[in-house]
Amino acid sequence: MKAIITVIGRDRPGIIAGISATLYKQDVNILDVTQTVMDGYFTMTMLVDLGKGPRPFDDVKKSLQSTGEELGMEIRLQRVEIFDSMHQI
Amino acid sequence: MDTRQIFETVSMIEEQNLDIRTITMGIALLDCIDSSSGKATRKIYEKIVRSAEKLVQTGRQIESEFGIPIINKRISVTPIALLLGAAEDLDPESETSGPVAYALALDRAAKELGVNFVGGFSALAHKGCNQGDTLLLNAIPRALAATEFVCSSVNVGSTAAGINMDAVRRLGEVIKETAALTAHIGSIGCAKFVAFANAVEDNPFMAGAFHGVGEAECVINVGVSGPGVVKRAIEKVRGEPFDVLAETIKKTAFKVTRMGQLVGLEASRRLGVPFGIVDLSLAPTPAVGDSVAGILEEMGLESVGTHGTTAALALLNDAVKKGGVMACSHVGGLSGAFIPVSEDAGMIAAVERGALDLNKLEAMTAVCSVGLDMFVVPGDTPAETISAIIADEAAIGVINHKTTAVRVIPAAGAKVGDHVEFGGLLGHAPVMPVSKYGSVDFIKRGGRIPAPIHSFKN
Repeated sequence: MKAIITVIGRDRPGIIAGISATLYKQDVNILDVTQTVMDGYFTMTMLVDLGKGPRPFDDVKKSLQSTGEELGMEIRLQRVEIFDSMHQI
Repeated sequence: MDTRQIFETVSMIEEQNLDIRTITMGIALLDCIDSSSGKATRKIYEKIVRSAEKLVQTGRQIESEFGIPIINKRISVTPIALLLGAAEDLDPESETSGPVAYALALDRAAKELGVNFVGGFSALAHKGCNQGDTLLLNAIPRALAATEFVCSSVNVGSTAAGINMDAVRRLGEVIKETAALTAHIGSIGCAKFVAFANAVEDNPFMAGAFHGVGEAECVINVGVSGPGVVKRAIEKVRGEPFDVLAETIKKTAFKVTRMGQLVGLEASRRLGVPFGIVDLSLAPTPAVGDSVAGILEEMGLESVGTHGTTAALALLNDAVKKGGVMACSHVGGLSGAFIPVSEDAGMIAAVERGALDLNKLEAMTAVCSVGLDMFVVPGDTPAETISAIIADEAAIGVINHKTTAVRVIPAAGAKVGDHVEFGGLLGHAPVMPVSKYGSVDFIKRGGRIPAPIHSFKN
């Protein structure tokens, strides 16, 4: 199952490190990353593969949310189909 | 994938209130028909609970995985009047062996499943009332007072059959009785009843959802929403010609409807139930920025209700349909723009500032997706006047080949200038004046207004 992670918040050191560590612990593979800093705001989108294992989607989501709280960032995890269906025919 | 597009979707959901308003499971109850009311109500309860066992849980899971809120999970069933007609042991007044027992069975099932509403305490009486229809009509006030989650509707007219004015007359009284029986809670029972003309069989929205007899055994219908998204999109084309405006709305409706299609197909796959339709209605909520009136005002009207409002709404309704139709394999239900008063902050404000009255609202219903919706009139409004409001609205639908509806709340004890609070998605509304001139002799006639001619259109 592929999903998109979106991250928004004030730039600070350790954001990518923190999120990558969480994903590594959850055995989630990062396929692509795009990031930029605009007016001090860090925005990042990440395409990830949650694999086919039995690990519930909600567990990954919860661990990302708690990482988000630690880092003071808004982190969302959404299945990729929602973006595909809205923007591609 | 383009980062801009990803953040556009996220912002639609987070900031512009884009949501899936409802996943509605339509369930046929024809196999629950029984000459014993006790057996019938037991079968109804069991079938609904069995069929929709995983509806709420599946809805929540989809909501979490796709990150799109699904506000309501609902159930619609075969019009209960069809089941009442078969029962031989009915005591019309009894709560245990009368029509109200059927409503209570629906309510118990809704409670057990955790769904938000169950629709289908309904009758299709557009040409006449059979025994089951009459039993149901008479029981509506008690059924709505005795239940929490049940919604009721009656179809009183169709383009092919004309308008059943006997049913229209009776409904004026039914609505008044419902208001009286739920007087202690703002006459909220009336918010769960709608009178239709040209009712559709696959509508996922309440209070008018029922599972038509032409439908499959069990289907999933989805209602999308998103007035806030449309408003934000047209803010970017302020001052541009109507062609650009219409095109912008179409493109936005397309994107919104794609969400509905995705969620509908996913729910249908997970529940093992065929996918029915997406209803691509713009359904407002009382939340700031989630208003259909806000879209009309963004088009350039100083206030909803002023001259130009009908044209603006016609453009909106048409563009929403055009954008949505291509986005989805099966579009159905009501599909267009809803203009309820109490559920839309912009509509409430327009009534309060004296810009919107019932006459203009009625004109707007000729081009919107449904009709006169969620408006409050004084508690002492005569039943005949309410019947006449329904007759006017049904006439607009019957002549113009469209669905129209009336959901009116004659709030007990309320006067013009008062404000009635319903809470939640139902919102709140100022009491609107009705004509001081009566329609008593007109409504007293009864009978049927013949079906309109389908030629010589002018």
